[in-house]
Amino acid sequence: MTTNATPEIAAPVRRRGIEAARARQAVLLLLPTLIAIALVAGYPLYRTIFFSMFEANLTNPDQRTFLGLGNFWFTTSDGVELGFLQDPKWWGAVKNTMLFTVVSVFLETVFGMIIALVVNSAFKGRAFLRTAMLVPWAIPTVVSAQMWAYMYNDSFGLIGRGLLGGQALLANTDSAIWALIAVDVWKTTSFMALLILAGLQSLPTDMYEAADMDGATKWTQFWRMTLPLLRPALLVALVFRSLDALRVFDIMSVMLGNVNAASTSMTGYARQALIDNQLLGMGSAVSIAVFVIIMVIVVVYVTAFRVKFD
Amino acid sequence: MVLKRTNPALYYLQRTGFYLLVIVITLYLLVPFLWAVLTSFRKSGDLFLPPAQFVGAASTFGNYIDVFANPNFQKGLLFSLIVAVGSVVISLIFGSFAAYALGRFKFRGKSAVLYIILAVSVFPQIAVLGGLYTLISNLNLYNSPIGLILSYLIFTIPFTVWVLTSFVRDIPGELEEAALVDGASPLQTLFQVLFPVMMPALVTTGLLAFINAWNEYLFALTFTSTNRTVPVVIANYSGATQFDQPWGQIMAASIVVTVPLIILVLVFQRNIVSGLTAGAVKG
Repeated sequence: MTTNATPEIAAPVRRRGIEAARARQAVLLLLPTLIAIALVAGYPLYRTIFFSMFEANLTNPDQRTFLGLGNFWFTTSDGVELGFLQDPKWWGAVKNTMLFTVVSVFLETVFGMIIALVVNSAFKGRAFLRTAMLVPWAIPTVVSAQMWAYMYNDSFGLIGRGLLGGQALLANTDSAIWALIAVDVWKTTSFMALLILAGLQSLPTDMYEAADMDGATKWTQFWRMTLPLLRPALLVALVFRSLDALRVFDIMSVMLGNVNAASTSMTGYARQALIDNQLLGMGSAVSIAVFVIIMVIVVVYVTAFRVKFD
Repeated sequence: MVLKRTNPALYYLQRTGFYLLVIVITLYLLVPFLWAVLTSFRKSGDLFLPPAQFVGAASTFGNYIDVFANPNFQKGLLFSLIVAVGSVVISLIFGSFAAYALGRFKFRGKSAVLYIILAVSVFPQIAVLGGLYTLISNLNLYNSPIGLILSYLIFTIPFTVWVLTSFVRDIPGELEEAALVDGASPLQTLFQVLFPVMMPALVTTGLLAFINAWNEYLFALTFTSTNRTVPVVIANYSGATQFDQPWGQIMAASIVVTVPLIILVLVFQRNIVSGLTAGAVKG
């Protein structure tokens, strides 16, 4: 009896021992990643939050004065408004970034869907188009911005001189934002098309055969079958693209210069305060605002549409 | 096919419309790039020509010769290569350890770690710009490629961990169990059993991370002054005078940094699509 009882007790103990050892090994394997993330993401984020409450200079961060929320909102006794939330230029940057995000992500989704549907159907030259799709995606953003800046140029450009007859499209911020949207749409439509195409190829084909038999038109099939089935893939792609568009900076900086980038992009505004004006406190406060705006949009988006990441 | 017999006119109309759409899409995707290629082979004096004559004008390699003779561009290529390779190698090593732990081990706090990694991968870079700047200058790494490698880990590590984890999950468990029964340590199992199976995944993930690092602009612009990477060099490419933009050379430099990427992407086409979808979409 006693000899039989021992293994019954020992087995779970040993398994628990193995599990504990596995858990320890897992932590060791994760350690380099966690340390790296703490060093390059956690600590800098903490420092940004910390400095957002101080007045400090980038070249000498140790000499600082506590302001509380003064970087965000502060009016002196003479009525001078110093907080960035009181600066119309900041709100201009927010407005332009939102316009840029909504319009470019919308157009990318529509164009991406059209291209994906075309590539998903059978025709001669399909393999070529599939390959051509990867070209804009593979081009660095800075390069595509320069390519388009050249095409928009009023004395040499294919678009600026050829189509518009010498109009300086990028000289005026109001028209420039539309020109920038066109660049972003060109560059990232392929990414959307790739993701949508992957979703399309995972759809069952027999379902479409059944719909054909029942006499449903292609148009009905798209709205009633394809689109609802693609929804999960589409939503995840939309979240990633919106995030990218909200933090846009490269296109503005290359095509308009860093000064005008500050009035068209939230990141550009933050970077100007932080780096060009060397205002570590103010720049950090703006960075935190950008961070909060983007996080709020993501959370609203993910909960409203119940997006599922794996 | 039925339509071809019942109503050939409508059928051919539809086919024509479809091929017109294909042509429009192809032109839209390729013309801006091909126009840049064309410009890179034209003399600066010919840039004023109207499009029809511009296409037919004499070709020259002058822009490429000038670009490769430009010390800033030479240095840029070298630094871009160092920074991108450095950050990708570190991320692949750290990332495969982490992916092995996250894909294969059961432990408390696993989903918390996954959420942290996902959260970092969606971080706007600007949120850490000020903090990273002070960190990099405290470590005396301003203007050093090491500082850039360090800062690039913020996007390359979460990306590699996330994509590799989904690959590790799909590897059948028997392989690894056999190794464990034989008494292999987790590191031995990882290097000798999983790495060979993961090779295609490592190549794809590495390539995508390399493209991201090679293209990065904000950190490179902010954390360096003279040791610039190619995106910053191209963004600030200047000619003899401040007002004279050497478009031919800018386009040549753009083609030089883009063509290797396009070749890599075309060679690894299939892997890239699967890597992107593993990273972003779970349908």
